[in-house]
Amino acid sequence: MKLHEYQAKEILAKYGIPVPPGKVAYTPDEAKKIAEEIGKPVVIKAQVHVGGRGKAGGVKIAKDPNEAYEVAKKILGMEIKGLTVKKVLVAEAVDIDKEYYAGLILDRASQRVTYMVSKEGGVDIEEVARENPEAIVRYRIEPHKGFRPFEARQVALDAGLEGNLNKLADVLVKLAKAYEGVDAFLAEINPLVVTKDGQVLAVDAKIDLDDNALFRHPDLAELREVEAEHPLEIEALKYGFAYVKLDGNIGILGNGAGLVMYTLDLVNRAGGKPANFLDIGGGAKADVVYNALKLLSKDPDVKGIFINIFGGITRADEVAKGVIRALEEGIIKVPVVMRVAGTAEEEAKKLLEGKPVEMYPSSIEAAKAIVAKVEGKK
Amino acid sequence: MILVDKNTRVLVQGITGREGSFHTKQMLDYGTKIVAGVTPGKGGQEVHGVPVYNSVKEAQKEHEIDASIIFVPAFAAADAALEAAHAGVPLIVLITEGIPTLDMVKAVKEIKDLGVRLIGGNCPGLISAEETKIGIMPGHVFKRGKVGVISRSGTLTYEAAAALSEAGLGTTTTVGIGGDPIIGTTFKDLLPLYNEDPETEAVVVIGEIGGSDEEEAAAWIKENMKKPVVAFISGRSAPKGKRMGHAGAIIMGDVGTPESKVRAFEEAGVPIADTIDEIVELVKKQLG
Repeated sequence: MKLHEYQAKEILAKYGIPVPPGKVAYTPDEAKKIAEEIGKPVVIKAQVHVGGRGKAGGVKIAKDPNEAYEVAKKILGMEIKGLTVKKVLVAEAVDIDKEYYAGLILDRASQRVTYMVSKEGGVDIEEVARENPEAIVRYRIEPHKGFRPFEARQVALDAGLEGNLNKLADVLVKLAKAYEGVDAFLAEINPLVVTKDGQVLAVDAKIDLDDNALFRHPDLAELREVEAEHPLEIEALKYGFAYVKLDGNIGILGNGAGLVMYTLDLVNRAGGKPANFLDIGGGAKADVVYNALKLLSKDPDVKGIFINIFGGITRADEVAKGVIRALEEGIIKVPVVMRVAGTAEEEAKKLLEGKPVEMYPSSIEAAKAIVAKVEGKK
Repeated sequence: MILVDKNTRVLVQGITGREGSFHTKQMLDYGTKIVAGVTPGKGGQEVHGVPVYNSVKEAQKEHEIDASIIFVPAFAAADAALEAAHAGVPLIVLITEGIPTLDMVKAVKEIKDLGVRLIGGNCPGLISAEETKIGIMPGHVFKRGKVGVISRSGTLTYEAAAALSEAGLGTTTTVGIGGDPIIGTTFKDLLPLYNEDPETEAVVVIGEIGGSDEEEAAAWIKENMKKPVVAFISGRSAPKGKRMGHAGAIIMGDVGTPESKVRAFEEAGVPIADTIDEIVELVKKQLG
């Protein structure tokens, strides 16, 4: 789960990392008021879950409260990469001397939380990684030991950061504490600024949380923004489905993440475009399949459905029963192609005899059939 | 066969829960030698005739245990794995899905330091065909034969095993290593075992997008593998930055792309199957 910059900064502040004073505004009037409270020039920053806000015109400086009103008016309601800006962060503008990067990620290969620190901050770190990889110092944190001040000082020195070493190291230590404290996947400060008067400040921050650990952070779980995600993805959460909305027109339903990914690949290879990823999980009963089909039927993009089931613990006849119920209740209005194999395959085929569902023995043939149907209708 | 056979004595942690109890029955029916179960606070009960204890150590007082399979809920799963590891159970199979990632970072490190092998989490377990099943896979699709299978996916493994069995090739030991970003055992940890197993004549590696375990496996194969390997990668058409069901199935920036995995296997001389059916064809071809 992604957090907004202002939410990430609230967490950093809680862990003792200095951030420029600021607040969130939902209206130009609020922005003006916050600028008045700050009493200095401010930066107004769109709070949306996409990168490249600055380039899109979503980050602007305002010299005084009146300008803050005008700038906020422009940014609020703006569309950035398809997302409407509903709130802005109004924060004190700082006198930047140096801009650095400090970020923590999970490095899967070493199975360690890894620090990346660079003196090339304020820019896209992936670009730095590509074009100037030696400008990034990587440091693996030993589980159970944590990241200690002496390590932080050395990392800061190795990265060539200039400024008050103890202050810089302190921020690095606290960022690592915050990462672990909130169960983050990613936590970064970019830029980590040294101001002209020697302060060390987190001027921009990003935190992505581990969804698996949200149960122990109910306060953070509440920050999930329903409107920022696809409504069907939110609905799928209620059913406990793994669902991802994609941009095609063939609805996909299967049991097991690997099988569903494979099904998407087969549809693509047959020249079609999947409308979604939908895994009903293991051991699904008829009602689960019925709910999954109900979910797919709510997607106006779906012009055909491909159900791919390999029965293991999941029984193919249970799947068939769910499909039949959805058909009988008139929920499915598009062509359905199905491939079932494995446990209770024969029972499923018998149940589906004479129903308006085309059955195929192989996933490849079924993929070709649904693509032909959907493309043929155009 | 590798790791487990019909003599492996198995403990089930979380045996009184819905999943634990259901799969205990399934495993017993398959012939798995389940000697004990653990659910803290429920010692003294029985589940499908299997005695339940309060702790792994308590179970060990009455039984010899070679492996533990864990069905404990996500919030307590890493702790359960640590309990088994500290009790000296040499093989731990962690089925639970949705375990907090940092719990796994710590647990995997600690368990490895204890010299214990952890498989999973978020995995279907492992099965030595017609001997023992320490997992949740449908046992009947695995016919005894000569192909080892290692996979990050559950259902696709069953598909591949069924196809190999139908084709008369059959399987030796199949290991589902799990779909999470941090797992106890990866492809390259298991390949050496298959390399030395006299029964295994070829190995199928079923990977998917995300991470770099496939690339590391390919590098190991190139240098060390004596037996033919066939690879398969799912999620080849998946968009970047989206988690495809498995917590670990996500392309982040340039890491975890299917192109990189395909390239790595090609460089190692490992043929890549585009479909499940093709896995069988390629294995046959490799075995001549």
